[in-house]
Amino acid sequence: MYPSLLHETPHPDEQIVLGKRFRLPDSRRIDTYLASEGYQGFLKAAQMTPEQIIDEVKASNLRGRGGAGFPTGLKWSFVPRQSPKPKYIVVNGDESEPGTCKDRVLIQYDPHQLIEGILIAGRSVDAHRGWIYIRGEYRYLIDIMDEAIAEAYARGWLGKNIQGTGFDFELSTHTGAGAYECGEESALLESLEGKRGVPRIRPPFPAVSGAFQCPTILNNVETFAAVPSILRMGGQAWAALGIPKAGGTKLTCLTGHVNRMGVYELALGYPVRKMIEDIGGGIRGGKKLKAMIPGGSSCPILTGEEAWELNMDYDSMAKAKTMLGSGGVVLMDEDTDMVKAALRIIRFYQHESCGWCIPCREGTMWLKKLLTRLDEGVGTVKDIDLVGDLADNMLGRTFCPLGDAAAMPTMSIVRKFRHEFEAKLGRKTVSMAGLSQLVSITG
Amino acid sequence: MTFSPELEKRFAEMAAKYPEGRQKACLIPMLMYAQDEVGHMTEELKEEVAKRLNISVLEVNEVVGYYTMMRKKRMGKTHLQICTNISCLLWDGDQLWERACQKLGIGHNEVTADGKISLEEVECIGACSWAPAIQVNYDFQHHVTPEQLDKLIDDLRNA
Repeated sequence: MYPSLLHETPHPDEQIVLGKRFRLPDSRRIDTYLASEGYQGFLKAAQMTPEQIIDEVKASNLRGRGGAGFPTGLKWSFVPRQSPKPKYIVVNGDESEPGTCKDRVLIQYDPHQLIEGILIAGRSVDAHRGWIYIRGEYRYLIDIMDEAIAEAYARGWLGKNIQGTGFDFELSTHTGAGAYECGEESALLESLEGKRGVPRIRPPFPAVSGAFQCPTILNNVETFAAVPSILRMGGQAWAALGIPKAGGTKLTCLTGHVNRMGVYELALGYPVRKMIEDIGGGIRGGKKLKAMIPGGSSCPILTGEEAWELNMDYDSMAKAKTMLGSGGVVLMDEDTDMVKAALRIIRFYQHESCGWCIPCREGTMWLKKLLTRLDEGVGTVKDIDLVGDLADNMLGRTFCPLGDAAAMPTMSIVRKFRHEFEAKLGRKTVSMAGLSQLVSITG
Repeated sequence: MTFSPELEKRFAEMAAKYPEGRQKACLIPMLMYAQDEVGHMTEELKEEVAKRLNISVLEVNEVVGYYTMMRKKRMGKTHLQICTNISCLLWDGDQLWERACQKLGIGHNEVTADGKISLEEVECIGACSWAPAIQVNYDFQHHVTPEQLDKLIDDLRNA
């Protein structure tokens, strides 16, 4: 009844850990989950001290899967367990980074895996309440999650004294209402509290003052979903699936001009070349790869030649001055109009800027105007330079990373594909009336 | 103002899900679920929610003004949302958008004269690996071809 998000069989090169139940019949049901090692990680965690749980997560080298890549165990260790305030768990399911569609798969096919990860996190910091914040557009996933939560309550995997462990935990979903900015952790917390999703100044970080000003663990859906297998397999064994300094597997979304688009679970460090040729079946129509965005549209872009030599992991991408990000890979073939691509990306950030910080609010607007002019063929060389200057002035000057997220791809596209911007210069002349439309304030 | 018994039940259970004294947290879920029944953020709805949460209408307006999915005016019976963001653009999502506009004779956030269909050019809806994608109310449709879009629009018009 829901659209299928999976290929019939996994690719042989996939390293299936988080996705091990995806293709089981009734994979959403708690009985399926329990019959397939479900909730075993939590039962193990219930016998461990909070320190031991956090050490296990640290040993796994799990890094935040939402895009920032911060070490998860370390993040959890920042929560002051002795604080007299209640502690909370918040799940970021506001997936909206363009190119990213993996949390959808995790919730649609295995909601109990997420619940178990939340329980383990709760146990590690003595939290007894959690919320799963899911973007409003994913209403059917909220329904799926609500159903799974009700099942877990009915079967004693949520609520008071879970399975006789003496551990209590309450969990519910919380809908978003259409705002990319709410994927940023502090804006998400504002939104959870019933306010406009604008970022908070940090420090204090959510670990110290998060939801309702209480210590909070806030991670991405995929991060929590990875935790049950870490407890089950042991942190070291889980780490060994990936490469040193970046443990485990990553759900990777292949999008754009590739033959076999899809969401694949790949060990960290998987080569880009193999990812495109073997997993993705090559670039559509046998064309050449012109550019690749490695992990959602806020990552600096790579040229095809650059991308080809890299591996899908945090350090490899950092060396190439970009990011692994959220796992949303966008592939563009040789015919792609890079000016149009840059304009579409900045249109998104301009639309989603919450308006709190002036460099972002004004910067995204002006970048959109400049790129519109350049795309329409009425730009000048000065406009191309101005794009770089403007973007540079946004970097690091905002409360949250949205300003950077808008500036970084724009700067990199202009720098690496400048010839395409130049080729469009002066292609067209317009009347003053037409021009005023292009630069109108309303954007 | 009253809602359906199901929604009243949902609202009654909602407050207990947030810490004591922090029930304003219910605001966004309440508005979103109520919108499903009411259609858009009417003055009456905003006043009702403000009253129930013991907050000012201004606080409700602040939130309604911010979130894209909170409808400021009545939309069509079917709300057609077409993604033109990068991954869908690479699969000609922009052409689907143009086609829908032309076929319906309306633009972004506009409604057909008979009130049956409204259109919205949406930002990334998280269907990137199944591009080009659209959302029909809350339902996703993947790998949409121009012919499928035409048929969908014809069916909605004749419904």
